[in-house]
Amino acid sequence: MMGRTIFIDPGRCIGCQACVSACRECDSHRGTSMIHLDYTEPGTSVASLPTVCMHCEDPIAPCAEVCPADAILVTADGVVQQADTTRCIGCANCVNACPFGVPKIDLQAKLQMKCNLCYDRTAYGLAPMCATVCPTGALFYGTLEELRAERPGVQVADSFVFGDVVVSTGVAMVVPADKVQWPVPGGLPVVEINGVDVR
Amino acid sequence: MTQQPVPLDPSIAPPGTRSFRDAGGIPADRWHADQNGETLVPTHCCFCGVQCGMYLRVDRGGKVFGVEPRNHDINRMRLCPKGINAYQQVNHPDRLTSPLLRHSRDEQFREVSWDEALDFTVSEIRRIQAAHGNDAFGLLGGASLFSEKTYLVGKFARVALKTKHVDYNGRLCMVSAAGANKLAFGIDRAGNPFSDILLSDCLLIAGSNVGECFPVMTQYLWGARDRGATLIVVDPRETAIARTADIHVALKPGTDSAFFNSVLHVVVQEELDDEAFLGAHTTGWEEVREAVAGYPPERAAEICGIPAEQIVQVARTFAGADRAMAWHARGIEHHSQGVENCLSVINLCVATGHIGKPGAGYGTITGQGNGQGGREHGQKSDLLPGGRSITNPEHRRQICQIWGIDEAELPTAGTSMMEMVWQMQRKEIRGLIGICNNPFVSLPNYEVVKEGYDTAEFHAQFDFFLSETAANAHVVFPVTTWAEDEGVMANAEARVVKHNKAQEPPAGVRTDTWVLCELAKRLGAGDKFDFAGSREVFEELRIASAGTVNDYYGITYDRLEETGGIAWPCPATDHPGTPRLFEDGRTYHPDGKIHMQVVEWHPPMDPYSDEFPLSLTTGRTVAHFLSGNQTRRLGALVEQTPRPWVEVHPSHGFRDGDPVRVVTRRGSEVFPALVTEAIRPDTVFVPYHWPVPTAANALTVDALDPRSKIPEYKVCAARIEAAERIDEVPVPLTPPGREAYPETQVSRTDPLPPTAPQGRGTAERS
Ligand code: SF4
Ligand code: SF4
Repeated sequence: MMGRTIFIDPGRCIGCQACVSACRECDSHRGTSMIHLDYTEPGTSVASLPTVCMHCEDPIAPCAEVCPADAILVTADGVVQQADTTRCIGCANCVNACPFGVPKIDLQAKLQMKCNLCYDRTAYGLAPMCATVCPTGALFYGTLEELRAERPGVQVADSFVFGDVVVSTGVAMVVPADKVQWPVPGGLPVVEINGVDVR
Repeated sequence: MTQQPVPLDPSIAPPGTRSFRDAGGIPADRWHADQNGETLVPTHCCFCGVQCGMYLRVDRGGKVFGVEPRNHDINRMRLCPKGINAYQQVNHPDRLTSPLLRHSRDEQFREVSWDEALDFTVSEIRRIQAAHGNDAFGLLGGASLFSEKTYLVGKFARVALKTKHVDYNGRLCMVSAAGANKLAFGIDRAGNPFSDILLSDCLLIAGSNVGECFPVMTQYLWGARDRGATLIVVDPRETAIARTADIHVALKPGTDSAFFNSVLHVVVQEELDDEAFLGAHTTGWEEVREAVAGYPPERAAEICGIPAEQIVQVARTFAGADRAMAWHARGIEHHSQGVENCLSVINLCVATGHIGKPGAGYGTITGQGNGQGGREHGQKSDLLPGGRSITNPEHRRQICQIWGIDEAELPTAGTSMMEMVWQMQRKEIRGLIGICNNPFVSLPNYEVVKEGYDTAEFHAQFDFFLSETAANAHVVFPVTTWAEDEGVMANAEARVVKHNKAQEPPAGVRTDTWVLCELAKRLGAGDKFDFAGSREVFEELRIASAGTVNDYYGITYDRLEETGGIAWPCPATDHPGTPRLFEDGRTYHPDGKIHMQVVEWHPPMDPYSDEFPLSLTTGRTVAHFLSGNQTRRLGALVEQTPRPWVEVHPSHGFRDGDPVRVVTRRGSEVFPALVTEAIRPDTVFVPYHWPVPTAANALTVDALDPRSKIPEYKVCAARIEAAERIDEVPVPLTPPGREAYPETQVSRTDPLPPTAPQGRGTAERS
């Protein structure tokens, strides 16, 4: 299965935004955060979860696929890089293509920026900044075996449904044990998958 | 010692990460080392009582410019947003870099020389003390200072100023817990280290929004839950940890001791108490058992506004666990019965035998970085170094000997921080020096605080930013940040950690130690204050604490640098420290027993009425620290939580962002509503980090706990009403900055956009 990657566990997130601040400190896009924090049930609960780049694998990085300037490189180990500054024309195609709402455009610089899994850190064996500091472990960096060693029995999903399309990703999400056999609903309400009622 | 170069080494990678060797090693010319000739200085966060380890990144020019996580025992790389952004204040443009002086509050500040500022201060001290006696001058310290400095504050007050009026802002923090621990155990600190949380089977968190106030502790809670531990949260709000708790007791503010007494009542009824432990190790159990008989769950359920079954469920879960722990914070401590609330929790832990074992015990969650260490060495009005009592003749004799002064010269106990403000109002205290505190935001009942300070004839303040309180002063001394000096702090586990110096202070800035010693010299006590820096003060502190309960004698700077910190008591340099208390079953009372105390619940001091039917409770938000003097200047944190809000239950009929006026007997203010089911319908919440006109503390009551003298921040009677216009919601004042004086305050009036999401709803979105 997946190698060393980020696992997101919304059940642990306390909404502190340490990840957002840490992302701002990362040398690859210093000063701008590539993470946003979502509140899933505002007004009812304080539940929150961070959105980082999911590093889509299949279909391979929609952002990269639609890029007319070939500015978004996908490395051999599956990391979808942020746009190459010498190529990006700031057209925002990638923003529209991304099912998770990840890339950002700096209109003045005509440049797309997104999480590149802190390639400058991960290439040297360090965890990405967000997963390093996350005080709760809602963002965890490592292998599935390492995650399971810390959190026995934890179930994860790495495919997400958007209407008819199933996207499988390099970054995985911790999900309740009874939901793991199906892709996790992404954008639209999902009623059935392959004829099976998943409500 | 500046900038110790620290090569990046594999130990800073989190557990489970590929080692650098596996990854091919970090070439010497790569990573941070290549960037600017950068060095990493190991130190700790300047903010809360977790004291997370961190590296400060220092550029070739010797300036702090960033942060790097550090794999320290306490936090294992984790940091909260405050810690990540803390470095930005070191070279912030608002830093004060010259002493400021004015002769009256109608004048504007002018930048003056150090000599002029020091001489003027000393002449004012002399003038006031000559006319009105030594006790007419007071000193207020802070629990964000290194322990060396808090030691110096206490010594300076008694030896140089010769006044009994010295206290500190830790009085607003955990003194209720300290008082309770002292009464029950004869020692004022948490019983267990954080790591014990991982070994516990049942965790009871009372009055603590751990997720926002102590975020890094959450990893311990979740770690315990991974092992199957049960989590019980007692809090009127459904906080991030309450959301996932097994039992969330959403009781009405100000009813905690009724609840805990009732839980103990059930424990007794169902014979879940540990009779063998009680018989061998306690006194007072008979009386406590009789007292809790008056709190059957039906009665407590009515007082607390919760189902009676929940009380039974908590009793069975906590008492039935193999190893259970209770952690509490300001939610139960900030009350006119704060000490009693803490004692009621202790009674529960003791009666069920959950004390002094791995995974079983109690702890208090400190707000300020040195909330624990800040009172241990004589900064609190009734304490001398080593936690000695200022009224105990033997303790007085010991300290006078160390300080080389005559016993008759040593003042007796003074009053607490809030009481000193009342005394300023009554002109009993006419001059004041404040160090590292901001009472204009942090004390309750703002009008009274302002009047007290305005009445004072002379006020000097030490700070590195012009706080709201410093803006009221006659003299402001620009002092160092934590990154420009070295010293120790004791975190919530009573673990002493060492902060290192990462950069030289900006020109014109001096350490608090230097300023206190210079003032002492000019006051004629120079021979008692001949300290070149923190290191020399620490040596005296070690000796002054030797042989007391708060024994630091065995702790040295060298040992601290070699270890991840040492928990006191540590009586000898080869002693490992004491992370967990009472393992041998003995407490620090002479009889070695736990002294259980009877607790009776009484209602909060500010009574409810038809006019004020709701409870107003206050607290923190994760992005800000205390009075916000530091964090309200850091862009990312301001963006994360730009302004306070009022949290209201949907049953009041407001919509998100509506302007809501919160009215108490002290006044009224308008906040945008955050409508949420995560709060009780009879309770409203406002975070307190902002000054007027959006200051929660303009509304809170200055009622004090009779024993700890902590103000009752966490409950007062209130009502809410619709404010007429959205632009009545004021934008919080920008904190006074360097460019802001002579005006000293910048006011902004831009109205609130009608649909602006508030508070926790302010998620970042592209
Ligand atoms: S740092 Fe962790 S807990 Fe905090 S908001 Fe980000 S994911 Fe959630
Ligand atoms: S404020 Fe507290 S939790 Fe946050 S980084 Fe600093 S010490 Fe750690």
